[in-house]
Amino acid sequence: MAGVAVAAAMVLPLAHLVLRASEAADPLALATSARAARALGRTVALATIVTAVATVFGVVLAWVLERTDVPARGLLGVVVALPLVIPTYVLAVAMKDAFGPSPLLVELPGVVGFRGAAAALTLATYPYVFLVARATLASVDPALEEAARSLGDRPRRVFRRVVLPLLRPAAAAGGLLVFLYTLSDFGAVSILRYETLTVAVFGEYRTSFNRARPAVLGVLLVATTLVAVAVERRARGRAAATRAVAGTRPSPRRGLGRWRWPVTAAVLAVPVAGAGVPLGVLVYRASLGSGSGERVEVLARAAVSSVGLSAAAAVVAVVLAVPVGVLVVRFRSRFATFVEAAATAGYALPGLVVALALVFFAARHVPLVYQTPALVVFAYVIRFYPEALGAARASIAAVDPALEDVARTLGDTPVRALRRVTVPLVRGGLAAGGALVFLTAMKELPATLLLRPAGMDTLATRVWTGAAEGFYRQAAPAALLLVLVSALALGPALRLAHRGGAE
Amino acid sequence: MSKSLRATLAAVVAAAGLVACTDGGSGDLVVYSGRNENLIRPVLERFAEDTGVDIRVRYGDTAELAATILEEGANTRADVFFSQDAGALAALAAKGRLAKLPGDVAEPVDARFRDPGGRWVGVTGRARVIAYNTNRVPAGELPESIFELTDPKWRDRIGFPPTNASFVAYVSALTEQVGRDRTKAWLEGLEANGAKTFDNNIVTLEAVADGEVDIGLVNHYYLYNEFEQRPGSPVANHYPGQEAGGEGTFVNVAGLGILEGTDRAADARRLVAYLLGRDAQEYFRTETAEYPLAAGVEPLPELPALAELRVIDVPLHRLGRDLEASLDLLKEVGLT
Repeated sequence: MAGVAVAAAMVLPLAHLVLRASEAADPLALATSARAARALGRTVALATIVTAVATVFGVVLAWVLERTDVPARGLLGVVVALPLVIPTYVLAVAMKDAFGPSPLLVELPGVVGFRGAAAALTLATYPYVFLVARATLASVDPALEEAARSLGDRPRRVFRRVVLPLLRPAAAAGGLLVFLYTLSDFGAVSILRYETLTVAVFGEYRTSFNRARPAVLGVLLVATTLVAVAVERRARGRAAATRAVAGTRPSPRRGLGRWRWPVTAAVLAVPVAGAGVPLGVLVYRASLGSGSGERVEVLARAAVSSVGLSAAAAVVAVVLAVPVGVLVVRFRSRFATFVEAAATAGYALPGLVVALALVFFAARHVPLVYQTPALVVFAYVIRFYPEALGAARASIAAVDPALEDVARTLGDTPVRALRRVTVPLVRGGLAAGGALVFLTAMKELPATLLLRPAGMDTLATRVWTGAAEGFYRQAAPAALLLVLVSALALGPALRLAHRGGAE
Repeated sequence: MSKSLRATLAAVVAAAGLVACTDGGSGDLVVYSGRNENLIRPVLERFAEDTGVDIRVRYGDTAELAATILEEGANTRADVFFSQDAGALAALAAKGRLAKLPGDVAEPVDARFRDPGGRWVGVTGRARVIAYNTNRVPAGELPESIFELTDPKWRDRIGFPPTNASFVAYVSALTEQVGRDRTKAWLEGLEANGAKTFDNNIVTLEAVADGEVDIGLVNHYYLYNEFEQRPGSPVANHYPGQEAGGEGTFVNVAGLGILEGTDRAADARRLVAYLLGRDAQEYFRTETAEYPLAAGVEPLPELPALAELRVIDVPLHRLGRDLEASLDLLKEVGLT
């Protein structure tokens, strides 16, 4: 079964982590030491705050775009999701430059440290919640809300009693992604100097050559992940299936009246902070820079590699997300829970940990794939699969299983029923998941650096190469191209997601 | 799955397959380089042209590449490891991953800057200096010894990058030389003196140039990088510990090791010999302003000659083992 295969693949880095951790001199002492506890505390605090704020942003923005009459909804949808194309390390450098000591714009105290890290990660991750929530809202049967209105509920009550419960699975899934992404992030927290477990792990690998100690910290990260996954399952609730219906009329939208433009401005303020400011700083500095710049053909080849690898990862992740998503939603078994936890546990692992695990397995046991693009794609899928799974799950949960039953009574096999009935209905959600995987893979750095074939670059690795000599001079052209290519892909990807959902 | 999805899948897999064709021939000499690509590629390309040896390089972070070599085990693809500092080389040697360098290829380099066991050799030297803002620190005020930096007159004026591998190696060298307690007291003194921490050497030096801090603890060659980017920048290097009886300046090396079990030993040896030869050493002299360690090439005239420089007398090969302890020390003091 596909579920077993996926679980096995995802467990690889975890197995390797445990293997290395067991080599430590005194793993238990290290794991429970004051230092580890401090790092863990900081990590959880950061992740919790970021998740709370990002979920609120994402849900509110999704509701505004799907249930009110703000203008230019298509374009606005793309703009709101724009921070997805900015790597967190670029966002952090720009924030520090614009608002930190010796600021370009204005000094905001606390940019370096917890507040800056929380702000950067919130701005970078709210689109995850936004996209999944929006896909759900777009695919839901409007009859529910209309019925509530016709029975006399005022709009606010309709929101609370009908819309919010519908959104619970999506908010929970998106929130989990945000939480785990924050756990694994290295770029923003290292630049804005807030030491989380991941920073400690990287620091250990970089300054000592003992692979056991960072592995013990990595196990702490995995433990945190499992707790988060369990919390999310409770938060998801027994999502009573709502009805997603194909070819339906659009959901009712609230007229905003004189609030239309202020709300639009408020909506725009968020992506302006998350994407506009870093882009502006990047362009400004790059235009001043006196660097020798990158050769065009190097950048072009890197762009092709980036897009090819990321697209492959997105497709594979989505294809694998469907069977596991169905398994988890339709068959509430222990096995399903295990598969889901295994698949999700890898998301919080720093890319370096995943990379070294794959180096170990591939170099020693499967040399054929070692240092090939296929292994890089595999690493991306392991790292980002939960994005596709979360989106798939939320969408599948919104489909009434009765529809498939109908198809089966009419003679379809279960797989065919799945394919002909459910898949078209969840296409929007799947496309949203695929878009997320694509965009996250474009930005990925640590695993790409270690696993790529010699001579292959992605745009992210070019940014890294240039940044060694001073970020703006060499790294800016690659960073701008990375953002541009991702942004170009964002538009069509979102349209695909939205159209699929609204059908 | 739907037809269009299948078609997309096929197309993408095909594209990925095309991308796979970047893999070069298996007969190439494979180098894992922790040194930056923009810096190293020209000299490696010249090597390939001059000798006809096909070379393939993977660039990465020195420590991550060392960890990769260890994970790869005996199946490692690497033939040569070009490390940014001696610590990684010493660590790999200690784990038996480096082969003994053949013959006399390492002879030209001073014994202080290569492995006594003959398993790695330094290619260029990097000195740990006190960089200072010439507008804000008159030369007469400069501390002779870094231990003076705990004096209150330096309060809030110091910057340094504690997480940088070079700095951790520096702490290891100090520990070897003056003992753990004195090193710890120094670090605690720095912290108590409000020393600002930065991510890396470049940012530290920029802060000195901008006047955000008055002095910075960095590697010597970043100064020349800064001059290239911002000519006339008000910064200069001061080499600490040079007074009689002083602790000396710490000189680390970027170096090479040949991987145990490589099947390209002859070509690997040629690469080592080339990088220690006149052409390459002069390239490093001018391109990076580091200290050439071989071929009788003198460093840039602005730099004090190595022969005259009082150098911290600590065997570099011991630093690999000490790095972990130094990391712990930094954490204890709360700097990382």
